[in-house]
Amino acid sequence: MDNVKKRAAELLKSEAVKVVIGYTMGTNGKPRAAFIQNAEDVDSLIFNAQCVQNLAVYLSKAEIKQLGKPAIVAPLNVLRAIIQLASEMQIQENELIVLGVSPDGELIDFQNFSAIEKYLEDFNMEVDAKEKETLEKISSMSLEERWKFWNEELAECFKCYACRAACPMCYCHKCAVEQNKPQWIPVAAHRLGNLEWHIMRAMHLAGRCVNCDACHEACPKGINLNFLTKLMLNDAQEEFGYTGVTLKEGNLLSTFKTNDQENFIQ
Amino acid sequence: MNEFEPKIVAFVCNWCTYAGADLTGTSRIKYATNVKIVRFPCTGRIDFMLLLKAFSEGADGIIISGCHPNDCHYTSGNFHARRRWVMFRSLLDFMGIDVRRIQFSWVSAAEGAKWAEIVNSTVETVRELGPYSDYQKVADFLKTEVENG
Amino acid sequence: MTIEKYLVKKASLSTLFDKIKASGKTIKAPVKKRHTTDFAAVGSLDETTDDYITTAQSAKSAVFPRVEKLFGYVKSKNGVELVDYDLSTIPETVLWGVRPCDAAGFDPLNAIFNWDINDVIFSTRLARTTIVGFACAKADSSCFCTSVGGNPGSTAGSDLLFTKLSNGDYLAEIITEKGKAIQALAPELFEAAPSEEKEQNLATVEQKFTREEIKAKAEQYFESDVWKEQAQRCISCGTCAFVCPTCACFDIQDEGHGKHGQRIRIWDSCGFSLFTQHTSGHNPRETQGRRWRQRVMHKFSYMPDRQSVYGCVGCGRCSRACPADMNLLEHLQQIVKL
Repeated sequence: MDNVKKRAAELLKSEAVKVVIGYTMGTNGKPRAAFIQNAEDVDSLIFNAQCVQNLAVYLSKAEIKQLGKPAIVAPLNVLRAIIQLASEMQIQENELIVLGVSPDGELIDFQNFSAIEKYLEDFNMEVDAKEKETLEKISSMSLEERWKFWNEELAECFKCYACRAACPMCYCHKCAVEQNKPQWIPVAAHRLGNLEWHIMRAMHLAGRCVNCDACHEACPKGINLNFLTKLMLNDAQEEFGYTGVTLKEGNLLSTFKTNDQENFIQ
Repeated sequence: MNEFEPKIVAFVCNWCTYAGADLTGTSRIKYATNVKIVRFPCTGRIDFMLLLKAFSEGADGIIISGCHPNDCHYTSGNFHARRRWVMFRSLLDFMGIDVRRIQFSWVSAAEGAKWAEIVNSTVETVRELGPYSDYQKVADFLKTEVENG
Repeated sequence: MTIEKYLVKKASLSTLFDKIKASGKTIKAPVKKRHTTDFAAVGSLDETTDDYITTAQSAKSAVFPRVEKLFGYVKSKNGVELVDYDLSTIPETVLWGVRPCDAAGFDPLNAIFNWDINDVIFSTRLARTTIVGFACAKADSSCFCTSVGGNPGSTAGSDLLFTKLSNGDYLAEIITEKGKAIQALAPELFEAAPSEEKEQNLATVEQKFTREEIKAKAEQYFESDVWKEQAQRCISCGTCAFVCPTCACFDIQDEGHGKHGQRIRIWDSCGFSLFTQHTSGHNPRETQGRRWRQRVMHKFSYMPDRQSVYGCVGCGRCSRACPADMNLLEHLQQIVKL
C-alpha cells in the first residue's frame, strides 16, 4: 500500500489530480470511501479484503466530479467497472488516473485503458463455482418453489434503492422506476412493486453487471438480489460467450450476432 | 361454471406478424378469439416491462412475434430482440414465472396460416395451465390488504 | 399515572405472552431472519429473540407502514365514488421487545402526523398499539440515546417496560393505562417489586453532547462546508430514512386498475436526489450536501421549532445500516465541535 500512498501524494502535489478516491478506515471497524484532496492526508489510505464497496460508483457522482480530476484506488471490482463505464462512454481515459491495487495491496500502474483490459484478461469474471452451485440449486427447484422462494426473498425489500445507489452501473440521473409517463412499475414496495423492480434491475444490468456484489453488500436487509444479476452474467457467458472485460466487445444487449442461438422461438 | 377462456395479449411487429395476422383474416382462416393484438413498429421496440404489465393487468398468456431473422424492416431490430428474450426468458424462469405462458415466434407477412396455428396452440397451452392466478394475486393488492414489513 | 413496579419471573414471561395472544391481539416481536433481526408477527415467545441491540428496522411500520392505503375509488357512469379506508381492519397490536429509543420515536411521529390536522389512519393505528419495551443491557458504538434525551432504561414512550435483572427475572414498570391492560390479562404474574436496582442492569451509553448544542451549532453553521464534506461518500439511497424510527416523509401514489384503484402512502427519503425536485425541473436541494444538511436540520432544528420535539432518538440504526458508513454520531460530534 505504501507505493499507492506515495503515488497518490505525488499526483496531488503535482496537481495531476485534484482528488484521490480510495478507502480509509471508517467507524465500527469497517472501511469506507475517502476523498483525499491534500497530499499530507494520503496516510489514511488503506486496503484490505474488507474494502468491498465499489468506488467506481463515485466517478459518476456530480458532487465528486466537481472536485476536479480524480485518481481512483482500483482493485479488481473497480477496474472492471471502469472498463464497463468506458465501454458505455461514461468515462474517458484522460478524465481519471487509475491506481490499480493487487489483492495484497501493491500498486499496479496502468498507462491507459487497454492496459487495464490486458490485466483483466487474467482474471476470469465468471460466476465462481460456489455461486454457480447456488444458481443451480435455485434453478433445480420446481416452478412453484422458485416463485415462493423469490417472493419471500423480495418481500423483505423496502425499496431504499441502496442496491441501485451502490451499483457503479446504475448511473442514470432518472431511473426507469422514477418514470411516470408511463409508469412502468409501481413505486410502492408491495409484492408487485418489489417483484417488478428486481426483474427490471436485473434486466437493465444484463451484460453490464461486473459481479462486484456491491448491491448485496449495500442491502440493509441482506437480500440475495445479486444472484439475479449473477444469473444474467452466467447466461451472457454461456449463451453468447460474453466476457465483459474488453471495450471492443460492446454491450451485450445493444449488440448481436446473426447466428445467436435460442431454442424457444417458433 | 363457465369454461376458462384464456386472455392472451400478442405484441407483434408492424411489418411482418401484423401483416401476417391480416393475411390470416383475408384468407378467411378461423382462429381463437382470445388474443388481443398490440402493434409495434418492431420487436426491437417491445420493452420487457410491457410483458410484465400484461401479466399484472390480467393476461394469462402472451405472444411475441415479429419478422424472421434477416427480414427485419429496420435490418436488426429482431436480432436485438432475440438476445433480450434469451436473457429475459431465463430470468423469468429463474424467478418462478411460468415461461410456458409466453410464446415467441417469427411470423412473416406471408404466413397467415402459421399465425393462426401459433395463436391456437398458445390458447390451448394456456387453457391447460389455467388462469395465471399466481401473478394476478401478487398484482391484486387492491383487494388484499397491503401487508407492512 | 404514576409508574407501578412489579417483579415478573423469567418463566412467567411466556405465559404473559400467551395470554396476550389469547386475548386476540396481534403480537409483533423481534425475529431473527438471516442476518437481520426485525419485528414480525409471531405466535409464541419461542419464535422471538432477545439477542439484539436494536432491530435493523424500527418499529414504526406498526403505525406508519411502508405501504398503506388511504382510500379507494371506483369510477362509474355517475362519477367517482370514494371508499374510505376501513379503520376496523386495523388490529389491536402489541409491539413486544421495543427498545426505549424506539419507543421514544412514537412521540415525534405523532407530532408530525397530527401537527396541523389529525391523521385518522395513523392515530387509529397508534391508539391500537401497545408498546411493551425491554430496557437495553447492551449497547454498541452507534448508540447515543443519552446524548439526545433518552437512556437505556427510559420509560418514555413505552406502555410497559421490562428490565432483565441479574437472576434472569424481570422488573416490570407499568407506565400507562395500556400497560395496565396488559397486566390485567394475567395479574397473578406480576409480583411484588424486586429490591434490585434497575440501573445496574442497564447498558452504559456515554453522553457526548446535548440536542440543544446540536441545534445551536447546526443553525449557526448552516452555510458551512461541513455538510458537503460529510456527505461526500453518501451514495443517496434511502436506507437511513427507512430504518429510522422518526422519519415520516412519505410519497402519495395513485394506483389504478381499470375502473377501480387506490391512493396509497409510501415511505420516501430526503436522501433521494429527486426528493424535492419541482415539476419545473428545479431542485432546491440539488446536491447531496444540502440533502444531508436537511436531514440533520429537520431532526435537530425544524422539528423542535415547529413541533416542540426533537426528531432523533439516538438509536444508531442509520449508522449501522448505511452502506457508505455515514455515521450519524460521528458527524454530530463533528458538528458540535465547530
